[in-house]
Amino acid sequence: MNNSLRLTVGMLGTAGMALLLMNSPGCRPSTTKTAVTGDAASRVYVAPGTHDEFYNFVSGGFSGQLAVYGLPSGRLLREIPVFSVDPESGYGFSEETKGMLTTSHGFIPWDDSHHPELSQTDGVPDGKWCFINGNNTPRIALVDLGTFRTHSIIEIPNSAGNHSSPFTTGNSEYVVAGTRFSVPMGDDASRDVPIKTYKENFKGNVSFIHPEPETGKMSIAFQIVTPGVNFDLSHAGKGPSEGWFFFSCYNTEQAYSLLEVNASQRDKDFIMAVNWKLAEQLAKEGKGKRVPGKHHSNWWNHHTHSTETTVYEDVLQLDPKDHPGLVYFMPCPKSPHGCDVDPTGKYIVGSGKLAALIPVFSFEKIQAAIAANDLEGDFGGIPVLKYESVLHGEVKKPGLGPLHTEFDGNGNAYTSFFVSSEIVKWNVEKLEVVDRVPTYYSIGHLMVPGGDSKKPWGKYVVAYNKITKDRYLPTGPELTQSAQLYSIDGDKMELLLDFPTTGEPHYAQALPADLVKPREVKFFKIEDNQHPYVAKGEKETRIERNGKEVHVWMTTIRSHFAPDNIEGVKLGDEVYFHVTNLEQDWDVPHGFAIKGAANAELLIMPGETQTLKWIPTKVGVVPFYCTDFCSALHQEMQGYLRVSPANSNVPLSALTVSVDAEL
Amino acid sequence: MNTKKLAGIATLTALMTITACGGGGSESSPSGPPGASGPAPSGDAGVSKAQMITAADITLGDIDQAMVEKGRSIYDVKCQACHSTGANRVVGPGWKGVTERRQPEWIMNMMLNIDVMLETDEVAQAQLEECLVRMPNQGLSKDEGRNVLEFMRTL
Repeated sequence: MNNSLRLTVGMLGTAGMALLLMNSPGCRPSTTKTAVTGDAASRVYVAPGTHDEFYNFVSGGFSGQLAVYGLPSGRLLREIPVFSVDPESGYGFSEETKGMLTTSHGFIPWDDSHHPELSQTDGVPDGKWCFINGNNTPRIALVDLGTFRTHSIIEIPNSAGNHSSPFTTGNSEYVVAGTRFSVPMGDDASRDVPIKTYKENFKGNVSFIHPEPETGKMSIAFQIVTPGVNFDLSHAGKGPSEGWFFFSCYNTEQAYSLLEVNASQRDKDFIMAVNWKLAEQLAKEGKGKRVPGKHHSNWWNHHTHSTETTVYEDVLQLDPKDHPGLVYFMPCPKSPHGCDVDPTGKYIVGSGKLAALIPVFSFEKIQAAIAANDLEGDFGGIPVLKYESVLHGEVKKPGLGPLHTEFDGNGNAYTSFFVSSEIVKWNVEKLEVVDRVPTYYSIGHLMVPGGDSKKPWGKYVVAYNKITKDRYLPTGPELTQSAQLYSIDGDKMELLLDFPTTGEPHYAQALPADLVKPREVKFFKIEDNQHPYVAKGEKETRIERNGKEVHVWMTTIRSHFAPDNIEGVKLGDEVYFHVTNLEQDWDVPHGFAIKGAANAELLIMPGETQTLKWIPTKVGVVPFYCTDFCSALHQEMQGYLRVSPANSNVPLSALTVSVDAEL
Repeated sequence: MNTKKLAGIATLTALMTITACGGGGSESSPSGPPGASGPAPSGDAGVSKAQMITAADITLGDIDQAMVEKGRSIYDVKCQACHSTGANRVVGPGWKGVTERRQPEWIMNMMLNIDVMLETDEVAQAQLEECLVRMPNQGLSKDEGRNVLEFMRTL
């Protein structure tokens, strides 16, 4: 692809480019075969019954969930419900899980999840947790990699469009959440302001969230308030830059309308450098002030199998204007998107998505410029360092539309180029391009296992693409989303595999499976079940009426419910089925579905109790059954519930009747 | 409490119970060898490795009433859904007189090492043919299994 064609592509925009790619053989290999090496199949083949080498955690984008794939096979292993309800498991529908999705706005059944980030120990993914952000109603979730379940969700106050999140410090002391939209903050009067007063009244902020190491409960340690800009992405320093955090931001024009044009005026926006160790110290010393910011922190209790919610009314904010040395801006060409720190921690890569170069900043030079007060001015009262003083160098003409950068352990960086649809490999020290491969099509994020940590495992880079077009069997107007696996073992990157993904994949993380497998919880011990409505054995099953509420303590085991004959329920009642799965072995969930349920089914793991609320609408006998094939007699796992008129005198009863019980 | 149970029924069991026990006929146990089906990592009880119980591992003395009570409470939570304490089969066989029909180590291995038993033991295999559902691994420790055995001796 020559430069003039690239410019044309840039002007045509994404859709035009995809058409060009499809129609002009000069832009890409004419067939897929020419891009794939002969032994690609064997290099991604994972034989039946054997395991993949890596877990790959991939954001679901507008699905709001977190998908788990094996690499190198690209096989989908799980889709973990996080920010969106999941009728398949009952997440967000069962009485216990509804609380995970409550916020200061009430119950929120959907979100847009963008960036998974694995917890780290000493700057390396440790396999304990995976964080992910909810963009739309700003939240951060913590997924436990023992259960592969959402374990904790915290809402971010004073934030709007939680995009610059949730990146971690080297020992997961904090994960950060930077607001995309700046908004007015404070009390109601301070927030009810004309939009055109953006410059005076709108503020950005970045939150530092502390997950408790033992429990995974999350709370906001502090927010750092900034002038109104859009925060985009971020990464923590490491090694020499440990203790600092870097955030890309755009719209330093402070536009509030038609940002496509109005926020693309300046030659440079900023990367913001935050001394988080200093912020932590200031917070501990009681500096800063508490400002209004109601938010929920929801936590899943593995013993009660229920959500516990803490509601906070305010949040601690630090204003950098009051604390010199806390925050600096570094000019960065044209609307930087990715903000990535190399494994040595010496270099910070900004990806100006409208720039035709990649700037690389030197942490050593940043420190020297700070010491020398080498400033070009200030922005909203925050010092701006001189671009040339903090620059390690620029990668010249690497491609068009740089978005994100990941690293291998050998001094190389891999940058995704959305507009020119390629991955470019370059040497971080020398700033020289060493290889490039096309992606199909319009890559967004990319990921190397451990590629944003201190010790990347390398081996592969995966492209997460924005456009699929002709790559798969067509499925109407809506096509599958896709990822592509490339080998980076050799000098040349090699395309090995396409695989479809759920939702729209944004960022992803991967780590060796051996770091996760030993943590797996196989079932919940029934002895430890502290659910208030648990039935530990069929002896404890029963039915009780409390006014219009009817509670059923029910158990499942292969392959029957107890009770399975229920009478005395009347129109106008609300029935709560508290179902305990008595199984104590791996991979034996039972399902519970009842005709006319307005919510979902329950899928109950061994040793767990979950509750489905059901409101009868008609007189008659209603069936319920197990939905998860559990044994040779699964199809016999069923029951009946009799619904009588509101004024009926049918006594409440719950039975299981054995035909040979009297033998 | 409005729970009703039919008179004389010690156990609540499914109406059409010829069911049995286990990972599902057509699926067999996906957990592979018994070593793979250990307890939740947070816990401490349960079988972590297949260690077959031999006759030498079990000493049967006078009935130990404390053990019987422990065994009975385990039965209530983990066994009663499928086994009656009478002679009737519910999902699996009734337990009345089981210690006279079977060797104690056979009983313990059925509780603790079901996958090995169903692979190697003809009596266990014949029982599966009759019940059609694999006996579940209910995650008992060796001590818990021994207490259940003591409870069985009283039936």
